[in-house]
Parts: sequence; structure tokens; C-alpha cells
Amino acid sequence: MDIEAIVTNLPLYFEGLVTTVQLVILSLALGLVLAVPVGLLASSRSLAVNFLPKVYIYFFRGTPLIVQMYIIYFGAGQFEPLRESLFWPIFKEAYSCALIAFALNTAAYTSEILRGAIIATPFGEIEAARASGMSKWLVMRRVVLPSSFRRALPAYANEVIFMLHGSALAGVITIIDLFGAARIVNSRHFVPFESFITAGVFYLILTFAIIWVFKRVEFRWHAHLRQRSS
Amino acid sequence: MHEFLTDLLSGVLGGYLYPFILEGMLLTIQLAVFSLFIALALGLLGATAKLSSNRIARLVAGTYTTLIRGVPDIVLMFIIFFGGQLLVNVIGDKLGLDYIEISEFTAGVTTIGFIFGAYMAETFRGAILAVPRGEIEAGYAYGMTSFQVFRRITFPACVRHAIPGFGNNWLVLAKTTALVSVIGLEDMVFRATQAGGSLRQPFTFLFVVAILYLVITAVSDGGLRWMEKRYSAGVRRA
Repeated sequence: MDIEAIVTNLPLYFEGLVTTVQLVILSLALGLVLAVPVGLLASSRSLAVNFLPKVYIYFFRGTPLIVQMYIIYFGAGQFEPLRESLFWPIFKEAYSCALIAFALNTAAYTSEILRGAIIATPFGEIEAARASGMSKWLVMRRVVLPSSFRRALPAYANEVIFMLHGSALAGVITIIDLFGAARIVNSRHFVPFESFITAGVFYLILTFAIIWVFKRVEFRWHAHLRQRSS
Repeated sequence: MHEFLTDLLSGVLGGYLYPFILEGMLLTIQLAVFSLFIALALGLLGATAKLSSNRIARLVAGTYTTLIRGVPDIVLMFIIFFGGQLLVNVIGDKLGLDYIEISEFTAGVTTIGFIFGAYMAETFRGAILAVPRGEIEAGYAYGMTSFQVFRRITFPACVRHAIPGFGNNWLVLAKTTALVSVIGLEDMVFRATQAGGSLRQPFTFLFVVAILYLVITAVSDGGLRWMEKRYSAGVRRA
């Protein structure tokens, strides 16, 4: 066991930790913003409305994240007009490419979770809202979306953990996240066990933190489902 | 067959689609299927251990599933691939063996099987718990041994409950095989980046590979639906 190599490189791991957390939070935020409209459109009954969102969801859920990331990072360079456009700085950088890939990926999974939650809304709730004279959008905002978010919460917690784990792929395209840091430590000192297990421990702690946070949120959001103390 | 395909697909993607990319796809499928068998075996073992009355077995299985599900696949793959190679040789050295080289394929299959064994264990545990207690008690009442009860009652009855989770795990597993390209195995992703790089068409090649993954997903979906129907025979639906 070469503990020294790990200890001297702890600052590098912490740098990686910051990058990982940043990447995950940004991807989740972007993904969620995208997922709400896509999930709504995908839950529509009209084929004209739900067709494109469903193709998008199918593509991103059916292909590996690493391929999606490669398509954006390596693939973008194939197009001359893109290389000369003002967007090129975005596609040139590994960080922004990873972010785009992760956001699009988690948005697809989240849309599907939301779609499932939306179509599971008890029809009585919608009927009651309509009977109270709410407009279509008001029903959406006050009844369908809040109750769907509640139903989607447990599945979304899983998706957040998957995003954390998926974000390790950033280390493959030269980004120094936790996994990237471990790769650097391994190549410097040739300590594969120690370096990658250290990264694994960091990921494990992050996973437990996410589980803990969602338990708290669920406790609040699902207050109405809690067993009453007698 | 080989010549026919070569002729047919010679013009596609500068002749790289067959054999170069499609051979890579075959490796992807082989990896996935071999890993699946390991995952199924470990999953059954893990689920049995989790449900056993032995505390140590429960602890070991609980640690296994928690650790595996808490750490990213690619990190586990690097631990097992690089670390495993080291470990095997440290042990081999002590036993006086020569240098043992673990092939990338073996490492890939072992890693993916080991990872998905944990997910399978959770799926099977849930499925076994879903078998009505009375059916199992009835088995014991007939004087069957616990193995007979498992083989004749618990196992066939839990397959139906396990199929949806099993299907999900299989679809995720098939996609996870793409990670082996990072440790140098020539699956279709690895080959697509190579061919895409040399022809300066990375987007085209990677997109084709994405479509090939969709083909695998679609075929699996069909198969899983058939299985679900078959194992739900005799179950009434509203």
C-alpha cells in the first residue's frame, strides 16, 4: 500500500471533487430545465406533438453516454461551418462538450420519468380542477405538475446518482474530475489500486450524501403519506 | 457469408462498416452476453445471501451490492482491470508462477459481470420476496427440502417478477460494454473512433455506432416482451 502517493496528491483529488460536483450540478440544472417542457410534450396524446420528444428520449436512453459524449466532443469537428462559427469555442473545449452531453442525457431520462408521472395523474384531480373553473394552464401549474413532481421524486433520486456516476466519463476526455485526478495519480506513481479506490471512496461518499438529501426532501414532499403518530 | 457481406457493404462508410465496425459490434455482443451469465450467477448468489438467515452472508452480500452501486462503473473497471492484473501477479509470485497476463476481454467480462451481479442481486431479491409466502409454506408442508422448494416453487414463480428488472439491467449492461473501449478493447466504439479519425468523419462513424446500439436495444426489447408474455401465462390482467 502506497499511502504517501495518495496523501501528497490529496489537493488534486479535491480539485477533482470540485469539478465533479460542479459538472453534476450544472448538468442536472440544465437537464431539469429542458426535461420539464420535453416531458410535457412527450406526455401529449397527439402524435404530432409527442413524436419528436419521444425520438429524442429514445435516442438518448438507448445509446451509451460515452458515445453521446464522443459524438459531441470528437464529432463536432467534422463540420466545417461549425468550426468557423462563433460556437466553435464551445465545441472545442472538453468541459463544455461533456456538460452538453450530460445535460442532454439526463434531460432525456428525466423527461421519461416526468412523462410517466404526468400520465399517472389520477383523472379525478384534473376533473376537480376543471370543475373549479381552472384554465388548462392553471390546471397544469397547480395540479398536474406539483403532484407529478412528487410522484417522480424517488425515480429522480436514482437519476441523480446515475448522473454522478456518469460524470466520471469526463475523466476520459482529459477533464480533471475525480476520475481524471485518479488517472493522473496512477500514471505518476503507478498505484492503480490506491488511486482508483480513493476516487471510489469519494464517489461513495457523494452517493450517500445524495441519498441523504433526497430522504430529507421526500420526508417533506411526501409529508401527506407519512404515517401519523398516534 | 463473409464474401457476400464484403461485396454488399463494400461502398458503405469507405468499406469500414464491414468487417471493421460490425466485427466490433460482434465483440460488444459477446462481451454483453458473457457478462450477463456472470451477472446472473452472482445475482442469484447475492440474492440468496441477502435473504439467508446467516448474518455473515447478509453482511457480505450487503457490502457487495452497496459498494458496487455506489461507485461509477468506469472507476470499478479501472480498479479491477489495473488492480486485478497486479493482484493476480502478486498472488502468482508467491505461488511461484510465471507472469500471468489477464486479457482485456477477460477483464472486461469479469468487471461488467461483477458490477451487474450487484444490480441483479437486488432485482432477484425483490422478485423472491414477491412470491406469496403461502406457496412456499405449502411446498414445505408437502415435505419438500429447501432446495426442492426453491427449484420447484420459488424460482419458477419469481421469474415473472424478475423479468422487468432483469430487462432493465440487461439494457444498461449492453450500453455499459462501451466503456471497455477506454481500456483498449476493440469494441465498436473503439473502432468507430479509429475509423472516424483516419477518415476524418468521427461524427458519421460514432452516429452509426449509436444506431447499432439502438438496434441491440430494439431487438432486446422484443425478446423481453416475449419473455414477459410467456412467464405471465395464467396471470389475469384487468
